[in-house]
Amino acid sequence: MTYIQLAYGDLVLPALLVVMDGALSLALRLKLEKQLAIATVRMVLQLVLVGYVLTFLFAAVSLLWTALAAFIMVLFASREIVARQKRRLPGIWSYGLGAGCTLLAACTVTIFSLLTELRPDPWYHPRYSLPLLGMILGNTMTGISLGLDVLTNGLVRERAAVEACLALGGTRYQALLPVLRDAMRSGLMPTINAMAAIGLVSLPGMMTGQILAGVEPIDAVKYQLLIMFLIAGGTGLGTLAAVMGGARLLTDHRHRLRLDRINTETST
Amino acid sequence: MLTVSGLKRLHISVSFDLQDSECVALQGPSGVGKTLLLRSIADLDPNEGTVKLDGTLREAMPAPAWRKRVTYLAAEPGWWSDIVQDHFSGWDDALPLVTRLGLPPSCGPWPVQRLSTGERQRLGLVRALMLQSRVLLLDEPTSALDSASVAAVESLIAERVSNGTSVVWSTHDDAQASRVGSRVFVMSADGSIEENRP
Repeated sequence: MTYIQLAYGDLVLPALLVVMDGALSLALRLKLEKQLAIATVRMVLQLVLVGYVLTFLFAAVSLLWTALAAFIMVLFASREIVARQKRRLPGIWSYGLGAGCTLLAACTVTIFSLLTELRPDPWYHPRYSLPLLGMILGNTMTGISLGLDVLTNGLVRERAAVEACLALGGTRYQALLPVLRDAMRSGLMPTINAMAAIGLVSLPGMMTGQILAGVEPIDAVKYQLLIMFLIAGGTGLGTLAAVMGGARLLTDHRHRLRLDRINTETST
Repeated sequence: MLTVSGLKRLHISVSFDLQDSECVALQGPSGVGKTLLLRSIADLDPNEGTVKLDGTLREAMPAPAWRKRVTYLAAEPGWWSDIVQDHFSGWDDALPLVTRLGLPPSCGPWPVQRLSTGERQRLGLVRALMLQSRVLLLDEPTSALDSASVAAVESLIAERVSNGTSVVWSTHDDAQASRVGSRVFVMSADGSIEENRP
């Protein structure tokens, strides 16, 4: 495999394009220059840092370090899930549910693919496990946060309908079922749309990356298919767990709807 | 017989007995907690106290089973499907009640959106009556109805009462309270109820 290596100096010219955006912002008074500068600096720092961390991890090939890196990735994902909710679940559950479900879904699917298909040696080799986990995490996270958002908003909006069903002797699952279905559909929609549009509208980043690195297109396609199947599985599993968990938290053992347990975020 | 003793929910603190074939009217200014009380008896909100039906504690049975016996009907009933008849386990069985309350028998396949507030209120009542509950907790069940429909609802409930059903009927209409209630409970701002015998 051959590919054209980049030196840091090769990035100066492309970086001028960002400077051009900044100049545009100043000229048109978009007031974006500060945000643009911060975002650019963050991107450079975060990516270079990740590059060195991955270099270290690939050299170490240690189960402990790999697991720690995976854990930190899950933490950032669950923080992102909480930040995307307009109405939050109570206390520790706001983080716990998101973290638990991402951890469950993304890790299950990643480990499944490592053990059954890719079989690197050792099975947790960070060169395979971390990129896989990262891609699955990103998509699972989107599914979970969309699903939870539709669940909480749907329950608030459909409160009269849910309570009518409960008052007539419906169980909490019967009463919540229409909202649960909506939440599951919303969680899975982005993945389904991505699968339908892939290859026609967009060339996925990972596949492009492998092609740039000299991999035969058809081999890159196989990897991309693997990833998409894993993403579909992880999103389905994670969204189901999060939506069912959320439904359980917002009802109680006497089959009551407990909207008093939702904290509405008004400040942001 | 429904026994409520030491029922507490927020500021509400209430005890009373309700015999079979008895209808009690519940009155009091808006916002005083009539709805909260009825919802608490049906166990739809967290609350404290002992509530029994024929000596059986409500906690002794699953909440859905309790609510099939002690059924709360909201003033504005909710609808979980777009189509009217989806809310009934047997629409044909409900038809006699539907026509009796002056609703068109063809309204089964209608979208709920098409119904007026009064039509929804009557259909909500029919839906609840299909359960043949022992106790009905009616929250202003005629608030959106014209006088002919009010009379139809009152006679229908009176029939159920004479067949053994117990009813708590919350209303803002004093005349209705004395018409339907063999006793009248008046709720005051401190969350207690007082009995007025008509």
